[in-house]
Amino acid sequence: MAAILLIEDDALVRRGLELALHRHGHDVRTADTGEAGLREFQAFEPDLVVLDLMLPGMDGFAVCRRIRASGEVPVIMLTARGDDFDVVGGLEAGADDYVVKPAKPTVLDARIRAVLRRGTGTRDGVRVHRDLRIDTAALMVSLHGEPVRLTPTELRLLLTLSRASGRVFSRQQLLEEVWEQSYIGDSRLVDNCVQRLRAKIEADPAAPEYVQTVRGFGYRFGPV
Amino acid sequence: MTRRPWLRGLRARLLVAFVLVTVLGAVAAVWSSAGSAGGALVTSYQRQVTRTIGDQIGAIAPQLTYPPDQGALDRLRATVGANALVVYGDLRSADGVDTGLITDELRLAVRTGDRLVTQRTVVDGEPWLLVGTPVMITASDGTRTPSGIEVYAVRDLTGVEREIDGLTRSAITTAAWALPLSGLAALLAAGSVLRPVRELRDTAGRLAAGDLDARSPPQGADELAELTVTVNEMAESVQTSMAEMERMRADARRFAADVSHELRTPLSTLTAVVEVLADTTDGMEPDARESARMAITETHRLVRLVEDLMEVSRFDAGTARLRVEEADAVGAVRDSLRARGWWDRVELVAPEEVPARLDRRRLDVVVANLVGNALRHGEPPVRVHVSALPEQVRIAVTDSGPGLPEHVVPHVFDRFYKADAARTRTPGSGLGLAIALENARLHGGDLTAENTDHGARFVLRLPRDPEEPGDPEER
Repeated sequence: MAAILLIEDDALVRRGLELALHRHGHDVRTADTGEAGLREFQAFEPDLVVLDLMLPGMDGFAVCRRIRASGEVPVIMLTARGDDFDVVGGLEAGADDYVVKPAKPTVLDARIRAVLRRGTGTRDGVRVHRDLRIDTAALMVSLHGEPVRLTPTELRLLLTLSRASGRVFSRQQLLEEVWEQSYIGDSRLVDNCVQRLRAKIEADPAAPEYVQTVRGFGYRFGPV
Repeated sequence: MTRRPWLRGLRARLLVAFVLVTVLGAVAAVWSSAGSAGGALVTSYQRQVTRTIGDQIGAIAPQLTYPPDQGALDRLRATVGANALVVYGDLRSADGVDTGLITDELRLAVRTGDRLVTQRTVVDGEPWLLVGTPVMITASDGTRTPSGIEVYAVRDLTGVEREIDGLTRSAITTAAWALPLSGLAALLAAGSVLRPVRELRDTAGRLAAGDLDARSPPQGADELAELTVTVNEMAESVQTSMAEMERMRADARRFAADVSHELRTPLSTLTAVVEVLADTTDGMEPDARESARMAITETHRLVRLVEDLMEVSRFDAGTARLRVEEADAVGAVRDSLRARGWWDRVELVAPEEVPARLDRRRLDVVVANLVGNALRHGEPPVRVHVSALPEQVRIAVTDSGPGLPEHVVPHVFDRFYKADAARTRTPGSGLGLAIALENARLHGGDLTAENTDHGARFVLRLPRDPEEPGDPEER
């Protein structure tokens, strides 16, 4: 059960998704424009936003950037199927995941639950890697003693990678573990999330120390 | 045509024609000019000889006594010069000459006539001029009577002949000089004709190769220029028609894309609410329940159709992008089968792994389509055979069913092609194989269909390292 803000301009689609998500046990609020959505976002403080990218007035990308700038509330976009422009733009605007339209409510619900699931695996205490401190129990991350604010997806990615320092994870493995996409996920989700994570924890995101790229295969944490 | 190729060339034919005309013209010119010049030479020599002899006789005749004696005849002969004969009745001058040259015909003409007679003859290959004249006595009253004395002279024409030969030779030399010149002229003429022809040929070649902007600038106002103008006009009209056709096709494609796009919004609503509906069918009346279930099924079918239509539209519009990544083709196929619950129904024959650079999503679309078709239309066992070639990954999907009807094979990748009318209600959209083929081609690969001895076989070939426009994966 999560508090969800649905921003969708088409009245019938909005109502249909509201009905379906409600049946999946979510508390759904809706908005029909980007501007109204942002107002509702302030008032309602949802756990997650489901955002249609094609909105009149302020478009979905702008809304997504505003939500991302104001906190760590995850965003799932609704996009045209395989529409690369939408997917790339939405991920760059900070969306955590996307679902293509027409979206099946069960699929959307599964994604919502995956994005909201923060901790994974064992909560084995505190991992310290040089200046980075990851508290797997309290789900807190700090750098140089300062808390780092991560979205649930970023946190989960960091927890997954740092669980086995030095081990290489393929994008497909990360999609399965972090996004819970059992099959043929979009590896751009991983790449975008890694970039956002690096921007928050690396001294120089262009020469990362913690989350390193293994060319041709995937990513690995450290070794630091 | 068994003629040698070089003779078929316009240039060679023009050259041969020019040279032939030149040779014939030169021969005719030499023949006629040598003939007339030779005739003129002989005539003028003859006139000169005649005049000389006439003058000589005229100078000595008054001193002659009649009837002349042997001495007079000898004197007369000496005046006329060597190679002469003077005859009077039975008397003839001494220091005879080869009188055999003087023909009876000439003698008769001299004896009966009262004027100088000439004749040309050839003896032993030597040309001779024979001159014969009677000596006339002019009375005081001016009347002329033959004196009975006949003077004959023989003159050698070899010198004149030699002169004529020289003339002929120089004419032939001149003609021989004209020959290469005419060849050169032929080449130049051929060039001036062939250049526009060659340009036209190149232009036509470019048009045929699809470059509809190809034109030749017409030069001059001859037939070739007219032909060039006509070819240009033809290209213009082809270009216009092609542009019009392309516009219509683009319109049709855009229409399909727009329609599917517009359908997506109502389908989003339907997709959302049929799940709610599905949860509540149990409590419905049988008729209502059946109706609800049909609505749900058909909604899913419609969604699938619209998704496929949009996918096809992306291929048509050229906006489909390949996103390759390092992958194991065998693993990708295995995942594809597992994800759809086909693992137990399909026999996978493959090496441990086949590393390749692939777009996994697109490979999955192709594999799902081929295996899905084999399971639906063929008979078990369905076999997927993955093999690694040096440059390619080959994935063959074989079933053991009746195979594809022969008339279907060429159309199996056509959009909305239905093998038989009874099969119109399959779960497929009718676009599956068309999309599979497009996906294979997007990889730079290919997809083919054929029948084996016991079933249908689809073979997908993908390059192991496809070219791609930029690599967004590695950062």
